[in-house]
Amino acid sequence: MTRPMGARGSAAVPVRRPMHAAPDVRQHHARAVGAPPKQRSQRQRRRRRIRSKYLPYLLVAPAVVLEIGIHVVPMLVGVWMSLLELTQFHIQDWSTAPFVGIDNYAATVNFHSETGKALLKSFGITVLYTSLSVFLSWLFGLSAAVFMQRPFKGRALLRTLFLTPYALPVYAAVITWGFLFQRDTGLINHVLVDQLGLVDGERPFWLIGENSFWALLIVSVWRTWPFALLCITAGLQNVSTEMYEAAAIDGAGFWRRLSSVTLPSLRPVNQVLLLVLFLWTFNDFNTPYVLFGGSAPPEADLISIHIYNSSFSTWDFGMGSAMSVVLLLFLLLVTAVYLMITNRRRIHA
Amino acid sequence: MREGRGERIARWIVLSLLALFVLTPLFVMVSSALKPLQDVQDDFTWLPSTLTFQAFVDMWSTVPLGNYLLNSVIVSTVAAVFSVSIAVFAAFAISRYRFRGRGVFSVAVLSTQMFPGILFLLPLFLIYVNLGTATGIELYQTRLGLVITYLTFSLPFSIWMLVGYFDSIPRGLDEAAQVDGAGSMRTLFTVILPTAVPGIVAVTVYAFMTAWGEVLFASIMTDQDSRTLAVGLQAYSTQFQVYWNQVMAASLVVSIPVVAGFLALQRYFVAGLTAGAVK
Repeated sequence: MTRPMGARGSAAVPVRRPMHAAPDVRQHHARAVGAPPKQRSQRQRRRRRIRSKYLPYLLVAPAVVLEIGIHVVPMLVGVWMSLLELTQFHIQDWSTAPFVGIDNYAATVNFHSETGKALLKSFGITVLYTSLSVFLSWLFGLSAAVFMQRPFKGRALLRTLFLTPYALPVYAAVITWGFLFQRDTGLINHVLVDQLGLVDGERPFWLIGENSFWALLIVSVWRTWPFALLCITAGLQNVSTEMYEAAAIDGAGFWRRLSSVTLPSLRPVNQVLLLVLFLWTFNDFNTPYVLFGGSAPPEADLISIHIYNSSFSTWDFGMGSAMSVVLLLFLLLVTAVYLMITNRRRIHA
Repeated sequence: MREGRGERIARWIVLSLLALFVLTPLFVMVSSALKPLQDVQDDFTWLPSTLTFQAFVDMWSTVPLGNYLLNSVIVSTVAAVFSVSIAVFAAFAISRYRFRGRGVFSVAVLSTQMFPGILFLLPLFLIYVNLGTATGIELYQTRLGLVITYLTFSLPFSIWMLVGYFDSIPRGLDEAAQVDGAGSMRTLFTVILPTAVPGIVAVTVYAFMTAWGEVLFASIMTDQDSRTLAVGLQAYSTQFQVYWNQVMAASLVVSIPVVAGFLALQRYFVAGLTAGAVK
């Protein structure tokens, strides 16, 4: 059994050892060095040990440096910015921005002021949007996964079709939905008004006014549910068929199998899936930004687009940062509480 | 285990409704791209009155789509290649070494994924602008700035997926190579990488898709010259009149490469995406 890499290469690479030495070497593989001259082998051993001590750090260094540079540092800068009066007058040279302490935060959470009221309203919309979107995406994903558990003709094709919205670039998908929702030339009104006659009188607007919230929700579910399908399908592959067989022998019907076998087995998957969906949807910026062309109507003013607009339209970056930090704290709190509750339940179960 | 009649009917109904939901916008995208302009300016029709590829010709001149496409290709390709190269080394370390900070690193890397993008958009914007004026390293409104930003977006998940793939490669292979005298790096390049090729391809496609589809940072960090498709495609709607057939044609063209890549590799994505979640 010869291997192509053999002994060529640098002098530090020791001579090839016969295979029968393998078991011994396996135990101390960091010292897989040949027996020859004792001194040399010791030096090599030490060099190797030093190298293998620092090597992992060296290997993760580029990733760590980049993540710190592009994520951690800006986040800390963001916290610092939230303590400044960083308005348009100080953008050019932000070292001149006056330090205002927690003033931005006070204004952000003062629900009697205009800023606070608007933020609270946007927060409420986002909570409703996220709950509905996550629940529907999960429900759709679960239904499709359960009904596709049993092989049937065309299953692979159907699964591929279902995954397509997830693979589509956000903007292409959302722009297409924007076309569907056009008042005069879109498909939705054509079907609802012209073909089914469900709406009396005026054609409804979908991208402004009250309907915009529902339009946004539909697009969000369309884009999100394939991910739930993906995760739940993978989770179902770990459920043994014996459990279903046992349930069938006990005479369990569809709902009984779902509640006694499928859902309990999916608990670990659901725990992660629901959290991830929640965080993604809560932070969703792309869908409203592309669907409404930059500024969302008040009925669909999600938190991230609200922060974006209050930062870049008024150029008050200090206030925008304060809002972002409050958003982050809220998400951290929810995540911590969620993990605590679900983990405790898992232990008791 | 037999399937009841009611269950079969329910399955048929649920899957059909979901297929209809998924398919409708995709169908509209394709059919409208093949319509003459008149068709998309009147009442909606399901099918084109005449089939034409005119929209695929006209879309290049309505907005500078060629430039946007070129920018997206360059930015996404470079970001994907660097992201995966960096992720390979990090994932190798996490998969094959026990070192202090290993657990912290994995958690930290994943949690950055969960933070609101808006939180570091504002500071990063100011950092890039100020870095440019202070040192002359232009990251604001350049492709380089986008590359660096995007590669950090895909990095955490790329590492996570690659650790999953590397973990599934038996350690016996490493050890056999080490017995043969290969060092760590040589083990990585001659044993692990060749075995993990499908995983690496899948991760590359994932990193490419991440950069290709990013909207938030692209909307702030680009100018007319560095604009990518994510922002550029929206330029059609800022025109006085929206040529929806061209918009759909352009959407179709920019979607096909990533959708094809993803669907071709879906098997590996499912393995990678769920490696951690299912465990």
